[in-house]
Amino acid sequence: MEEHREECLLEHKAVQEGRGATLTETLIEIREMWKIYQINQLQVQALKNINLSIKKNEFVAIVGPSGSGKSTLMNMLGCLDTPTSGTYILDNEEVSNLSDDKLAEIRSKKIGFIFQSFNLIQKLTALENVELPLIYTGVKASERIRRAKLALEDVGLGQRLYHKPNELSGGQQQRVAIARALINNPPIIFADEPTGNLDSKSGVEIMNLLKELHKKGNTIVLITHDNDIANQAERVIRISDGTIVEDRQVI
Amino acid sequence: MSFFQAYKMAIKSIKANKGRSFLTMLGVIIGVASVISAVAFAQGSTKSITDSIQKLGTNLIQITITGRNSNRDMSYDDLKKFAEENSDVIAATAPQSSTSAKVKYGSTNMDTTIIATSPEYENIKNVHVTQGRFLLDFDLEYRQNVALVGTAVVNELFENRNPIGEKIKINGQIFKVVGILEERADGATRSDDDQIIIPVTSSRMVMKTSSIRNFAVEATSADKVDAAMESLKAFLLDIYKNENAFRVFDQSQMLETLNDVTSSMMIVLGGIAAISLIVGGIGIMNIMLVSVTERTKEIGIRKAIGAKRKNILTQFIIEATVVTGMGGIIGILLGFSIIKFVIGGLDLVPPVYSIPWALIAFGISLLVGIIFGLFPAYKAASLKPIEALRTE
Repeated sequence: MEEHREECLLEHKAVQEGRGATLTETLIEIREMWKIYQINQLQVQALKNINLSIKKNEFVAIVGPSGSGKSTLMNMLGCLDTPTSGTYILDNEEVSNLSDDKLAEIRSKKIGFIFQSFNLIQKLTALENVELPLIYTGVKASERIRRAKLALEDVGLGQRLYHKPNELSGGQQQRVAIARALINNPPIIFADEPTGNLDSKSGVEIMNLLKELHKKGNTIVLITHDNDIANQAERVIRISDGTIVEDRQVI
Repeated sequence: MSFFQAYKMAIKSIKANKGRSFLTMLGVIIGVASVISAVAFAQGSTKSITDSIQKLGTNLIQITITGRNSNRDMSYDDLKKFAEENSDVIAATAPQSSTSAKVKYGSTNMDTTIIATSPEYENIKNVHVTQGRFLLDFDLEYRQNVALVGTAVVNELFENRNPIGEKIKINGQIFKVVGILEERADGATRSDDDQIIIPVTSSRMVMKTSSIRNFAVEATSADKVDAAMESLKAFLLDIYKNENAFRVFDQSQMLETLNDVTSSMMIVLGGIAAISLIVGGIGIMNIMLVSVTERTKEIGIRKAIGAKRKNILTQFIIEATVVTGMGGIIGILLGFSIIKFVIGGLDLVPPVYSIPWALIAFGISLLVGIIFGLFPAYKAASLKPIEALRTE
């Protein structure tokens, strides 16, 4: 009994220490970020003075109704768009003012994307879609195919390597997209409503896959409007009208 | 990303979009093929006109005596003697009397042109025989009643029979056919093939005159034509004492006309070529614009997962180059096939394969393809990935 208790304590301590180590490593640091769209004469403040930091191996859900600015925030975080003002430090690098090509490089090395509409290239096979990021980072063909095959096997699509997206179910397409997002071993993964286009069963599968990835040590930022989905993360950031209204750990 | 990788990616994309790639190629194919065949037709026409004028002889000088001299006319022997004295500029001379006459074979009659001349006529005028023989000095010396018949005469008078050795009556005089003239036109009546050649010495009864008033003279070369003409004029003026009593003329006027024809043909040709290329170019332009626009989302995806602008552009340049290049090659092959089978098959003009024009058409199509592929691709590649992703 005593022995077992000690073991538990030790384990607990180890987990705490482990987390303590990751706590010190900040992956994303955003300060005073604004995004203002100019639509004709109208100014739309999509993000108002956002301050946010995300640490390594966190599983964060950004939640909010449509029009709240969560997608805009995700685009900023994913280096798909640049903020009007403010700073964004990603993996110890200031990225808010980089050129288009520099941002592309950041995206290819540090970021994996999972989109609601999968965003696979329809004319390419699953394997070719997964290979694509490696082409742009200059990996040799034989190495690319080896890694892409492994990645697809990891998401359970070892039997579907040569299928085109339209020959796959929604859940399978999203798995291809996940394999693609992981192929370059990016430090952070953004998932924008990853279950939004899926039936509930496939949605559960995809969420389980994301949780598994998180357990393996990936940092995941999930964007959703669905509270049930958001509550499966470790931390929930609620955004409304362009500002963060809630930031809590999920117990 | 290596060039080879970009090339493989472009080929993959072309294969994946067969319909669109084919449509793009079609514009190039039509443009290149129509330029090549239009140019070939125009060049062929020009060539056939040039050839037929040159067949008449560019060194040829014609003399026509129009006036009279109370003492004596210039005879063929006078001219021959003068030619021998001026052999540096004059290569050959031949009398050339012609008249229209009734010709009869058996019970068949026809009207045709009779030319009375000498053996030199063969080379001066490039008139040859396909069967039998041409006139010989012997025929002239012994006043042989022999005749050479053109193909129109053969068709009209002899039908399917071989005319060699047959006797015909020309204005009542009996002549023996000894040769058939090479076809110069198409064997029709009233063409160059509708004629009979007889020795000048046997022609008095046929021509009903003893004086020869037309002569053909061949200069030693094209650049001696002017010198030969000058000396002939001086010679004739000495005999007739009157510049209006004779005319000496060469083919230069005809050559000038020919050059005019050729240059206006080239203008027409250039116009046809330009229009074909513009039409082809607009085709290429449209399909390129559409194809890049419909692929904006693909560009967005590629950018989101790490493609740089130059990666996108390289891929699109290679795609455009390969597609228009393949179209260009097919266009050249199609154009040459049209020349071979359509222009050659119709036998209207000699087929001319113009490599420079093929290359010009190919080059312009390639350029249009690349520019109009690149322009929208550049625009799409410059979009923020999020904007490109939003398009459907």
